[in-house]
Amino acid sequence: MNLEGLEMIAVLVVVVLFVKVLEQFGLLEASYDDSVEDELELSAVRHRPEGLEQLEAQTRFTRKELQVLYRGFKNECPSGVVNEDTFKDIYSQFFPQGDASTYAHFLFNAFDTDHNGSVSFEDFVMGLSILLRGSVQEKLNWAFNLYDINKDGYITKEEMLDIMKAIYDMMGKCTYPILKEEAPRQHVEIFFQKMDKNKDGVVTIDEFIDCCQNDENIMRSMQLFENVI
Amino acid sequence: MAAGVAAWLPFARAAAIGWMPVANLPMPVAPTEKNKRQDELIVLNVSGRRFQTWRNTLDRYPDTLLGSSEKEFFYDEETKEYFFDRDPDVFRSILNFYRTGKLHYPRYECISSYDEELAFFGIIPEIIGDCCYEEYKDRKRENAERLMDDQEDNKDSKLPNMTFRETMWRAFENPHTSTMALVFYYVTGFFIAVSVITNVVETVPCGSSPNQKDVPCGERYTVAFFCMDTACVMIFTVEYLLRLFAAPSRYRFMRSVMSIIDVVAILPYYIGLVMTNNEDVSGAFVTLRVFRVFRIFKFSRHSQGLRILGYTLKSCASELGFLLFSLTMAIIIFATVMFYAEKGSTSSKFTSIPASFWYTIVTMTTLGYGDMVPKTIAGKIFGSICSLSGVLVIALPVPVIVSNFSRIYHQNQRADKRRAQKVQKARLARIRISKTGTSNAFLHSKRNGLLNEALDLTGSTEDERHHNKTTSLLESQHHHLLHCLEKTTNHEFVDEHLYEQNCLEGALQNYTSRSPSLSSSGGLTGTCCSRRSRRKSAHLPNSAMSPGPPHGLQELSAVHIHRSDRPPLSTSRSSLNLMPDEAMRLNCKSGQITTAIISIPTPPGTTPEGDGHGPPSPSVQTTAGSSVVKVSAL
Repeated sequence: MNLEGLEMIAVLVVVVLFVKVLEQFGLLEASYDDSVEDELELSAVRHRPEGLEQLEAQTRFTRKELQVLYRGFKNECPSGVVNEDTFKDIYSQFFPQGDASTYAHFLFNAFDTDHNGSVSFEDFVMGLSILLRGSVQEKLNWAFNLYDINKDGYITKEEMLDIMKAIYDMMGKCTYPILKEEAPRQHVEIFFQKMDKNKDGVVTIDEFIDCCQNDENIMRSMQLFENVI
Repeated sequence: MAAGVAAWLPFARAAAIGWMPVANLPMPVAPTEKNKRQDELIVLNVSGRRFQTWRNTLDRYPDTLLGSSEKEFFYDEETKEYFFDRDPDVFRSILNFYRTGKLHYPRYECISSYDEELAFFGIIPEIIGDCCYEEYKDRKRENAERLMDDQEDNKDSKLPNMTFRETMWRAFENPHTSTMALVFYYVTGFFIAVSVITNVVETVPCGSSPNQKDVPCGERYTVAFFCMDTACVMIFTVEYLLRLFAAPSRYRFMRSVMSIIDVVAILPYYIGLVMTNNEDVSGAFVTLRVFRVFRIFKFSRHSQGLRILGYTLKSCASELGFLLFSLTMAIIIFATVMFYAEKGSTSSKFTSIPASFWYTIVTMTTLGYGDMVPKTIAGKIFGSICSLSGVLVIALPVPVIVSNFSRIYHQNQRADKRRAQKVQKARLARIRISKTGTSNAFLHSKRNGLLNEALDLTGSTEDERHHNKTTSLLESQHHHLLHCLEKTTNHEFVDEHLYEQNCLEGALQNYTSRSPSLSSSGGLTGTCCSRRSRRKSAHLPNSAMSPGPPHGLQELSAVHIHRSDRPPLSTSRSSLNLMPDEAMRLNCKSGQITTAIISIPTPPGTTPEGDGHGPPSPSVQTTAGSSVVKVSAL
């Protein structure tokens, strides 16, 4: 670098410093885009549920029960809606040994009936109404809906395998007997043997309901959670 | 379980209906709620301030005062409220804990009063939320140290039966303990000062002979200085040897900084004695004399401030390092620029880049000797930028060092990093404990549940079963949920220890019993733990007389004996109420043996503790003492 160049640079530096000093005095307007500051993001989505009377009419809960449910719901989610991450968080706290996030994902999709990415109190309470106060038919319907991941009316082996893996994931590592890789797959095989009457590789809703109604164990266990609320 | 999500437990249980169609086993019976009350508001009157909350909120934590029946002691019949004669401000935090599940520590609150309130309401401080936990621990430590300092000041009396060696060490460390120590302290201090002054005066020119130039005093009065030096060194040597003798751990003493300084201070003298006054080695001899100045560091034993300064510099090593690094960077940059800027000017002092280093350093530290001065315009511009930036670069890390010094000076504490590590470790341990707490509580209650059924069959007395009923309704519902999951997947939850044991047993079995029955059960799989046998689907309580993994053996030749002397896992809060003794004794009673030949003892777990002596300490791992002895009928 020759001297001329260096002198030029030195002069440039001096000019820049001068400009900065002028900006300090406010004589020169600093022009930079302040886009970051002006964006006011509406951070939290607020949601208010429908009135108590409407919910009473739509679900099978009494007024008092709805009150208790809402209080618990709002305690955990002050903004009034649950998004998937919060849902997974809450559900995982009940299963400390394993990983409940996959099953929580499926549950979330089952509860989020309008598929808008969040579960509001209405969705929550409708789901609970079916599960706790519904007829056996409705409960089985709900379970079928849970298993049918893509909601096309058929449960394929892959869908069932996903669900089964999610359930087994919740058990975690430390089990007796030791959890093997094929345990979910074998379980799916047993399920399909039982449910798939015409052996076409998928389970339809009618096959499902038929088969469950004939199984005593399943019928009995459906009544298990009658008095949860 | 995080009771903050207790409100969602009904939802989680309802969602369990999703498992029912895939389950192949019957589900366990759900716990029923006896005397289910309608939720009501209760009034808590704390020193006149009334708080109201739902009864269910308080019931979330059944082993605290407010959640258990202990609050009935404070019930006032006339006003139909619970009256507590305690601090209402602190009570706010405590009540919020019930509401939100998180306990916060308000910063303005005194740590000891807060602790007292927590103890009164039966809440353990370890559950303070992460947001406030550090602050709480810091304050607590400060308080403890303050108390300890007070104690130390008062502790003047000599402990009886201290050996001579211990007395001497104590005298060395605390000069104020006895007059002898004080005398010793002052004498050594005096001699250090004398030695340092001699070293200094030695080089002063004193008196000149008419035909010679000034002669330093050291060369004029050689003998006198030598005697002085000898005397000082002798005192120092004696002191060092005495300290070495009295030190409780000689090896640690020899490694300590002070002892190294002592050694460095007296070594030059001895080396000088050994070496002759040769011209060849006189250069090295002179260098050695420089080390004599290290005697001045011996003063740090006498001055607290000096020690703290040294300690500050050590603890600010990272800031000092950064300062050094940034200075070096700036020096190199500016030196290069100045060199090239001044290259053209005639008779320039900037002969090379390293030569410019000197200019840059002198300018950046604003010394400005003026022995090297830029002459070109570019040089002057860059030179001024150099000096301005020097001020900034040096000024930035200095306040950090200063604040460090002042903090340490005021508090006089040990290394911060060690403390931070402990807090981090403690925090991780807490998270682990709370996680395993839930699962352990479930396993524990499962065992007790099976125990209950076993006792049903053997027809035991009422009060033996009674202690198991202390789990709250919430806990039992949660456990029922986990039980349903077990049934759905046909696998059981076990704790880590058992799981590892099973793995080990599986590996052992691989080696030893190659009986044909093993291979007939579907061959060994590729997993690390070989399968034992398929469990029979009917999980009858009858078959599980011993609490633990039930035996499903048919074809297998190995039989398991469970000497079930496992102490209960006591990490969950609710099971802290249970008496470990009784549970364990009961387990032992019901432990039984199905066959009796012992051939291969498995590596036993840790030996079982005595009958649960002392309080059950919250430990992360179970001290499972179940020695599973394997039998192989070969």
